[in-house]
Amino acid sequence: MSNMFPLTLSKLSVRRRGKTVLGPIDLVIDQGGPTMVIGPNGSGKTTLLRVMHGIERISEGTAEWAEPDHANHAYVFQSPVVLRRTVAENLSYPLRVIKRAKPEINSAVEYWIEQIGLGKVANRSATRLSGGERQKLAIARALIRNPEVLFLDEPCSNLDGQSTREIETLLLETAKAGTRIIMSTHDMGQARRLAADIIFMKSGHIAEKGLAPDVFSTPQTPELQAFLKGDILE
Amino acid sequence: MNDITQGLLAALRLIVVFDAELWEISLRSLQVSLTAVIIASVVAMPFGAFLAVQRFKYRRLVISIMNALMGLPPVVVGLIFYILLSRSGPFGAFGLLFTPWAMIIVQIVIITPIIASISHQAMRELWAEYHDLLISLNTSKWQRIKTMIWDGRRNLLTAGLAGFGRAIGEVGAIMIVGGNIEHATRVLTTAIALETGKGDFALALGLGFVLIGLALFVNISIHWLSRTEREGRW
Repeated sequence: MSNMFPLTLSKLSVRRRGKTVLGPIDLVIDQGGPTMVIGPNGSGKTTLLRVMHGIERISEGTAEWAEPDHANHAYVFQSPVVLRRTVAENLSYPLRVIKRAKPEINSAVEYWIEQIGLGKVANRSATRLSGGERQKLAIARALIRNPEVLFLDEPCSNLDGQSTREIETLLLETAKAGTRIIMSTHDMGQARRLAADIIFMKSGHIAEKGLAPDVFSTPQTPELQAFLKGDILE
Repeated sequence: MNDITQGLLAALRLIVVFDAELWEISLRSLQVSLTAVIIASVVAMPFGAFLAVQRFKYRRLVISIMNALMGLPPVVVGLIFYILLSRSGPFGAFGLLFTPWAMIIVQIVIITPIIASISHQAMRELWAEYHDLLISLNTSKWQRIKTMIWDGRRNLLTAGLAGFGRAIGEVGAIMIVGGNIEHATRVLTTAIALETGKGDFALALGLGFVLIGLALFVNISIHWLSRTEREGRW
């Protein structure tokens, strides 16, 4: 594995149609985690993740990895995108894109299909999967290249309890195996269960960040205090 | 009504007695139209996908022109190619005028914008679905186009069949560049025009019903042969 870290965001901002939706932000992401990005809807969580992953146009400032290697990070979208192919073909796709050898692809697909428990539907169309199965497939497809960093944008929104638990277990195992996880969530319970550190976003800015136990026990800003209490933030 | 009944009977008689001329012109119709559809699809489908994936200056203008070309008047296309392919024309040396190849060329010109435009519509919708994922996986432009063509193959089939429908029913352009020569360039549509001119409405209608039957047969066969979804498998 290369050493991509740290990722440094400097005076970074994103504007859409003349309106600033993110920033200016200064942030350094180093190894560790999992990092949970929390905040109310429209606070810029998704945009921040997309900027870090390199799929969002930056209006000002910079986002620089120590060793840039886009192929070494992966992204899971809030609404899982599945290719109109079978489950197995969805899993093999990222490896075929980087032209891995067939035996390697087959063994990786076999391994991940078992990991996510979709062995019985390996040859069925992925578009027929349930929401939870789709999201598990999307995560496995993101992990099949063994990325150093995995971004997840609210992967468990709209999922039932069992699917959420299965995905959280998968993510914890992934983090334990050494993949750096950076994930947005609006579920405070999930943030408490998974986070090593927290970034709290409000109105396109980082309002607070720190280690998860500190942030949850002694929030510094009135916004985070209100958010943790469950108040509505505008 | 009487003419229609006689036409149906004429069609039945031609089929039952295995009329040699009918088979000859039917096969020529198929050969000319299918060749034109295959060649046009090879150009138009990737072009439609390219327009969906790639942003460039004047892209909207190109799309507008492509859509406008769907309404190309076949007679004018035929006339232009008659001039281009005639002995004194720039391509006269190839000796293509009044051959099936001249008919194929004009059909390609007529149906390419149709196939490209329908393909572009289908690919645009698929691209909206796949955009983030394919960018995130760091795919090349060519890999994106290939993925879109493969995953959107069912929609592209519709585009191809729309082109075939237009080609098999075309008469104006192929009459001009083909000349409706017996045992050489006569196809179903030009034969219908000829019989109508001679006042043999029953035979003209009979040929018309054969033409409709042929178009339906090809459409159904292609759908059946390329049935991509079997028991939940793409």
